[in-house]
Amino acid sequence: MKLYQIAHSRAGDKGNISTLSLIPYDPKDYEHLCEKVTVERVKEHLKDIVSGEIVRYEMSNISSLLFVCQNALLTGVTTSLAIDTHGKALSYALLEMQIEP
Amino acid sequence: MKQTIRIGCGAGFSGDRLEPAVILAEQGNLDYLVLECLAERTIALAQKRKRADATKGYDPLLERRIEHLLPILVKNNVCLITNMGAANPIEGAKKILEIAQKQGVRVKVAAVIGDELSEKLKEMSDEIFTFNNEDFAINLIKNHSSHNPPFSPLISANAYMGVEGILEALKTEAQIIITGRVADPSLFLAPMIHEFGWATDDYNLLGQGTVVGHLLECAGQITGGYFADPITKPVTNMDTLGHPFADVFADGSAIIGKVEDTGGVVNLATVKEQLLYEVVNPYAYLTPDVSANFTTVQLEEIAENQVKVWGGTGHEKPPTLKVSVGYQAGFLGEGEISYAGHNALARAQLAGDTLEKRLKADFPDLRTDYVGVSAIHRTDFERQIEPYEVRLRLASNADTAQKAALIGEEVEALYTNGPAGGGGARKYVTELVGIVSVLVDRKNVIPEIVLF
Repeated sequence: MKLYQIAHSRAGDKGNISTLSLIPYDPKDYEHLCEKVTVERVKEHLKDIVSGEIVRYEMSNISSLLFVCQNALLTGVTTSLAIDTHGKALSYALLEMQIEP
Repeated sequence: MKQTIRIGCGAGFSGDRLEPAVILAEQGNLDYLVLECLAERTIALAQKRKRADATKGYDPLLERRIEHLLPILVKNNVCLITNMGAANPIEGAKKILEIAQKQGVRVKVAAVIGDELSEKLKEMSDEIFTFNNEDFAINLIKNHSSHNPPFSPLISANAYMGVEGILEALKTEAQIIITGRVADPSLFLAPMIHEFGWATDDYNLLGQGTVVGHLLECAGQITGGYFADPITKPVTNMDTLGHPFADVFADGSAIIGKVEDTGGVVNLATVKEQLLYEVVNPYAYLTPDVSANFTTVQLEEIAENQVKVWGGTGHEKPPTLKVSVGYQAGFLGEGEISYAGHNALARAQLAGDTLEKRLKADFPDLRTDYVGVSAIHRTDFERQIEPYEVRLRLASNADTAQKAALIGEEVEALYTNGPAGGGGARKYVTELVGIVSVLVDRKNVIPEIVLF
C-alpha cells in the first residue's frame, strides 16, 4: 500500500533543508511506520529531490515521525530554480512511498 | 498577576488575508493580537524599499491592516504585537500614529529596534560564525567588508532578537508594539512572561511558552490551512477560515481554539502538523530565548475545535543569535508554453529538447520542467499517466536582466519555430535577493525601544 493510505504529512523549509512530518491517522500505526519507513527507504524514495543527509526523529509523545532532509531545496527558497521554491509539495512525494501492510 | 490570557494570531505571513484578524479582534475576546508578517526574505526586500525611500521599509500591507484593526483594538482594549516594522519599525510606528490621528483615536505605540546589523556586520567579520555549515555566507561577508570596492552585493543583515525589547515595551503599557526582526515565537512568549511574571531563565516555562507561540505563528496553518485534503482531511468553509487563539495559563499550558462560526478546524491532526512544521531538531528548537524541547509535548482534544497543549520543556538559550544576510543574487529568467491533446507530452518534450540544445552552453544550470507530469517532484513515481495537457517551463539564473530575458524570449520563439499547437507563452525576469544565515555573539545585538 501507499503511505498516504495510513498517514499524512506537512513539509517545512529552513534554508536548504526540507522538514517532512509523517503522522499516522491512527496512532496504532506508529510502530509500523517506525519499522517500515526507515531513513534508507526515504533516501531511496526521494533520490530525485534530496541530495543530502536525512535524519529521522521518532516522536512517540505524539506518535509521529519527522524527517529532516539536507540539500533538498536547490539552495533554498530565495534562489531555487524550482517552481515550488519552498518545497511545500514535497510532503506528497513522501506519501507516494509503497510500504508493506 | 493574571491566571490566564488569550493571545490570537491574525496573520502568518506578510500577504495573509486581512479579515481573520478583524474577526479575532472583534469577536475573539482577546488580550493580545499578534500579526507575524516577516519571512526571511521579506526583510531584505523591505531594506531595498528603505534604501529607495527612507520613510519606507515597513510591511507593505501595514496601512491596510492597521486601518481595519485600530478602532477595534482601541474599543476592545486589545494589545497588538507585530513584526510589521520589518526594516523600519520607527517609520512603521509613525505611520500607525498618522492613521490614529486620521481616525481620531489616541494610541500609545512602541517601536522595538536593534536587530539591524547591516553596517556593523562588516566590521565584525572576526566574530561571525557559520550557521549549519553555510561557508558561502561567511565568505560573502568577508569578501565584501568595508575595505573592498564600493560595490557590494550585501543588502541587509538582521539578527533575530528575543523577548527583551518587547518586554520593555509591554512595561510602558504601549497598546501597539511594532518590531523588526524578532524570532516568531518570541512575539507570543513576551506577553506570557509579562503577564505571568515568569523568570527569563525558567527554561521549562519558556520552552512550553515557545511551543504555544510556534503553534500559533502561522495563523491559519493550525485551523485547517495548508492541511485540507478532501475525504482524508476534510476542512469545512475554507472561504471563511478562522485564525487561531490560545488560552494560556500561568503554568504555560494552553488550549488552542478559534472564533465560533468561522471556517476551518482545530484538531489533533492540525496541531501535530503545525508542531512539527519547520522543526530541524525537535529536541532543541533554538530561539533567542530558549532551546525548546518538543519531544515532551502532550496534546489532547478536549472538545470540538479545542486542543490542550502542555509538557513542553527547555534548556538554556544559545550563546549566539542567528542573522539573516540578504544579498543581490542576480536574476531569474523563466519561460512557459502549453501543449494539449494528442501527443501533448511528446510535443512538449520535443520543445524542451530543442531549447536545451540552444541554451545549455550559455545556461549550464538550465532547468526544464514538464508541468502536469514531473515539475514538482522531478518524477511521477512510475504512475506513467499520459497527461491531456502539459505546460513546458524553462528557468535559469543569469548575472544580468538582459541575459535572463533570453530564456523567455527563446520559449516565445517556439510559437513559430517549435512543435505544433504550442500556445500561451509567458516570460518573466525576476531580480533575486538571496538569504544566507550566520551566527553572531549576543553582545553585538542590543534591543532598544522608541515610544510614540
